[in-house]
Amino acid sequence: MSNILIQERSIVIPGETLAEGMDYLPGDNTYREDDKIYSKILGLANISGRVIRITPLGGPYVPKIGDKIIAKVTDITMSGWRAETNTAYMAMLNVKDATSRFIKKEEDLSQIIAISDYIIVMIINVTSQNLIDLTMREPGLHKITGGRVIKINCQKVPRVIGKQASMINMIKEKTGCEITVGQNGLIWIKGTPEGELNAEKAVKLIEEKSHLEGLTDKVQKFLEALA
Amino acid sequence: MIVNKDTISELAAQNKRLDGRSLTEYRKPINVELNISWTAEGSSKVQIGNTIVMAGVKLSIEKTYNDTPNEGGIMVNAELLPLSNPDYEPGPPSIKAIELARVIDRGIREAKAVDLKKLCITPGEKAWFVIVDIITINDDGNLFDAAGLAALAALKSAFYPTVNKETGAIDYKHKTKEKLPLIKEPLPVTIYKVNNKLLVDPTLEEEGAYDARLTVATDDDGTISALQKGGTEPLTAEEISQIIDLAQAKARFLRSELDKFLK
Repeated sequence: MSNILIQERSIVIPGETLAEGMDYLPGDNTYREDDKIYSKILGLANISGRVIRITPLGGPYVPKIGDKIIAKVTDITMSGWRAETNTAYMAMLNVKDATSRFIKKEEDLSQIIAISDYIIVMIINVTSQNLIDLTMREPGLHKITGGRVIKINCQKVPRVIGKQASMINMIKEKTGCEITVGQNGLIWIKGTPEGELNAEKAVKLIEEKSHLEGLTDKVQKFLEALA
Repeated sequence: MIVNKDTISELAAQNKRLDGRSLTEYRKPINVELNISWTAEGSSKVQIGNTIVMAGVKLSIEKTYNDTPNEGGIMVNAELLPLSNPDYEPGPPSIKAIELARVIDRGIREAKAVDLKKLCITPGEKAWFVIVDIITINDDGNLFDAAGLAALAALKSAFYPTVNKETGAIDYKHKTKEKLPLIKEPLPVTIYKVNNKLLVDPTLEEEGAYDARLTVATDDDGTISALQKGGTEPLTAEEISQIIDLAQAKARFLRSELDKFLK
């Protein structure tokens, strides 16, 4: 006696009944009350087997261990750098995690990373108080020089990257730009001025049309029209 | 954003911009909406790209000032709403808000755009006072030009309210057909210097990267009525004359855009 009340990829609002009966299971961003499943948030419904999940349409970035993000350095302390990560929480990059070389006690840390520099970092720890520890000692993590940093809704990041990074690789290939997507919604684009502009437009297009299907083809056509 | 700041100056050296415009190109669309508020005597909403500014004109009868007994007055006030930019805070006006109001005020006042003598009702006693309020809805750079355009559009669309002849009370609900005595139409255009290049209509990111700026308010015939310099770097005499030529050309362009909406 179970029936599902919504369709795959339909937009649901908080409190909307998604399914009745005990045969379906509440997934991310949903909850069960009596024998009904309701949505907690505004988002797109995703039905996989018996599990109903909701992909949020918006909302803040929640830091997760292992995420590669782009952060802006806001302060230099005795033992490292404080960074803004597009979250509500504090992030620290310790001196030992910043570079593999030995940093002397008296060294001027602003010579390594200055305030208001952007850095590509990875989250190594999120404490129970939501304090974030960052590292730059992994391949592909470095200080950003040149190019441009743009900000998008962080919930759209998976769409910008695409399945097996298909979307982002296509943009890189078509525009000839170097692109790094941070999970927190900051994207660094570096290339020729025209390439950067086209890549930025493509990313904005994905952000805007992320709820539609066949997006890779649309973006491909868009980029071919620009070229 | 410091990364974009460096990129902006590098691109400016090649006569290019972050969003692909040429250095002297305004953003699109430029929209002007008139009479957006029925409580104001005149009002407008101006959009340049993503920047949106509203302006309203209110008229009230006040006692004349002692030093100008046969003139009315004009006041310009600007408010940078916190919703328009994450950097803006509620509370007393910031330096940026005061500068914005002063630049727009000076452009109108020094051009003698509103005939203040015609605002006088009884010399030494009563005169009309024009209050222009500027409110930012979205700040994506170039508030000066957007606010100047909005203030001019609001002044041009303003009508006097009716006044009760016996009591002297103003009936704001019924407007007369009489317009404000606007004899000139000053319009400010701000030119920004980035890496020794001159550009117009910066976005918010470009505003974070400029070295110097000069706001030039000109009348319909190109007469300069006011100037305002900003930024940390100096401007050479040659640059200033280039800026003035550019500002006059851009003011003509903005005026033609405004005329499209004034019918």
